[in-house]
Amino acid sequence: MNAAHRASAAAALAAATRWRPAEFVFWAAAAASWFLLPDQYLLLNEVAIFGLFALSLDLALGYGGIVSLGHAAFFGFGAYLAGLLAKWGIGDPLLGLAAAGVASMLLGFATSFLVLRGSDLTRIMVTLSVSLVLFEVANRLTWLTGGADGLQGVVMAPILGRFEFDMFGRVGYAYSLSVLFVLFLIARRIMSSPFGLSVRAVKGNALRTAAIGIPVTGRLVAIYTLAAAYAGIAGALLAQSTQFVSLDVLAFHRSADVLLMLVIGGVGYLYGGIVGALLFKVMQDWLSGLTPQYWQFWIGLLLVLLVVVGRERIFGWPLALWRRVAGRRA
Amino acid sequence: MTRIRMVLAAMATLMLAGTAEAQQTVRIGLILPMTGPFQSTGRQIDAAVKLYMQQHGDSVAGQKIEVILRDDAGVADTTRRLAQELVVRDKVAVLAGFGLTPLAMATAPIATQAKVPMVVMAAATSSITQQSPFVVRTAQVVAQPAVAIADWALQNGVKRVVSLVSDYGPGYDVEKWFNDRFRQGGGEVLAALRVPLANPDFAPFLQRAADAKPDALFAFVPSGVGSILAKQFVERGLDKSGIRFIATGDVTDDDIVNAMGDVVLGMVTSGPYSAAHPSDTNKAFIQAFEKANNGMRPNFMAVFGYDGMHAIYAALEKTKGGIDGTALVEAMKGLSWESPRGPIMIDPQTRDVVHNLYIRKVEKVDGALYNVEFATFPMMKDPAKAAQP
Repeated sequence: MNAAHRASAAAALAAATRWRPAEFVFWAAAAASWFLLPDQYLLLNEVAIFGLFALSLDLALGYGGIVSLGHAAFFGFGAYLAGLLAKWGIGDPLLGLAAAGVASMLLGFATSFLVLRGSDLTRIMVTLSVSLVLFEVANRLTWLTGGADGLQGVVMAPILGRFEFDMFGRVGYAYSLSVLFVLFLIARRIMSSPFGLSVRAVKGNALRTAAIGIPVTGRLVAIYTLAAAYAGIAGALLAQSTQFVSLDVLAFHRSADVLLMLVIGGVGYLYGGIVGALLFKVMQDWLSGLTPQYWQFWIGLLLVLLVVVGRERIFGWPLALWRRVAGRRA
Repeated sequence: MTRIRMVLAAMATLMLAGTAEAQQTVRIGLILPMTGPFQSTGRQIDAAVKLYMQQHGDSVAGQKIEVILRDDAGVADTTRRLAQELVVRDKVAVLAGFGLTPLAMATAPIATQAKVPMVVMAAATSSITQQSPFVVRTAQVVAQPAVAIADWALQNGVKRVVSLVSDYGPGYDVEKWFNDRFRQGGGEVLAALRVPLANPDFAPFLQRAADAKPDALFAFVPSGVGSILAKQFVERGLDKSGIRFIATGDVTDDDIVNAMGDVVLGMVTSGPYSAAHPSDTNKAFIQAFEKANNGMRPNFMAVFGYDGMHAIYAALEKTKGGIDGTALVEAMKGLSWESPRGPIMIDPQTRDVVHNLYIRKVEKVDGALYNVEFATFPMMKDPAKAAQP
């Protein structure tokens, strides 16, 4: 009985980690976009960057259950760090990316203890205040960040010494997409490991999780720190591919937008952020091209429709899949 | 005979058709904040650009002009991406707009790389024109109104001031320019106050200003906040204690001055444009603008956009429709014309704007509040660039 139980649990875990055909199609389409849509590199580059940013929020919110309205803090921190490094002559993109990731991770670790105090509403306030504090710091340190004028003089070296960032976004998009893919693989691996499952358990019921011997605080700190690192890398990607950093990387609307993207795409299955970023950015670009003054109205309307009709009904299959797997496991 | 004539006529028609086909479309990429907190800037400029094209036709030197409007919502990386897309995908000959300094700063490298002129219609930090040899500015420079009002104050018996600015980039710039100029001229700055941008309760700051007993309070705050400041200034009785209220023109922006109420009556400000500017060019401009926009009064941003379009049109005339970026910038250098704001010139050395700075006083004209000009600092260059040649 016990052995059979364990075997079925193992099978369920294996099924959860297995690559599904739809996932192959998804990434094949992403790769194909680089060959087929040369006109859209710049927009797609933004989609990849915000996809990564939303993926990072998904780790915190969708898996860890940590509601954050200040996720831009890490995004902006990473962006400024990568921008400053390039300005000071360390223009190697991968090095900048790694530095931004590590630094944001440390910042995430440090602030995670604040976030753990209290429940959802408190968390919203705390994350929001952390991002506001960083915004004000960047605003004040004019000598360092350029303040409201933005950071000037970001010069990037070619990637791996060979691929120079070009104006058409060709290299930039390939770079962002590759980084997104690699980080996605890592996130996928982590989230289907026992560690990832225990994080999901914490979200499900922290009290019970603690009762079966999983350190709740430790798990939340870990997932929040990981999410911060991801957000920092996304910010660094933006700074490197646009070679400019301005205060609005830390602004509230970044945090709100990324939450919106995640809500559009759906939380808790890693693809939600990327799909949401794609839909949000393409919709925004298309609508604001049609009607520069009133596009926000149409986006708002679409969001309302999305909520009224139900996202599950529109793109519910991955969620349904997850549910089935989760259901079988339980 | 008639047949030959018919053939000739047919040939002529064909040739005409041929030239009509050869006529290119010159695209202008206009990037403005049409949504978000700075949308008033975007809407004013957009309306002015439309008006200019309506008045001057949509073709210059045989080229058809097409304006592609994009909204960046005031976010710098969006501005940059839109500029790149406009250059790469839509092959625009000119980029224009740019509502805020970081937006222009982020885009300047694109202008350099693509060799596309970039006409700045709003962003006002001095160093923007130095970011790329393709930047041409028809807006104003932050230092101009600050220096003008400092000089005027010194000439009019103001010896001691307290300065009060909003706590952000443009605020620091204005504070520096005003206070430095005022001290150089022998004046005394008793206190330099900075108020939070987002939380405008001026009471404690006004109290400090009142305690210092200056001759005047100099203020620079975003235009929407100006009326609150003016109201509290009067409520706390600073006007009665003999302190004069002076400011840069942004505070009594034409867009909102009428709604600010009688508290701003008599406030002295400096700026390159007032809707009350007494010239025929301006009267015609105001009339056409209000007619086309449901009675909306144009403000300085609208005039900056209008003049930006003029610079582009005039440059295309000069190049005979040629759209080479370097040639267009060359053609814009040294342009001078009569704008609704008065005479204006593009400095051939710095590609920056040279225009009159007016000292104005808020008065009631036909029942509405206007900034009425009463003194002029003629053809002022950017003081920042004059200081470091």
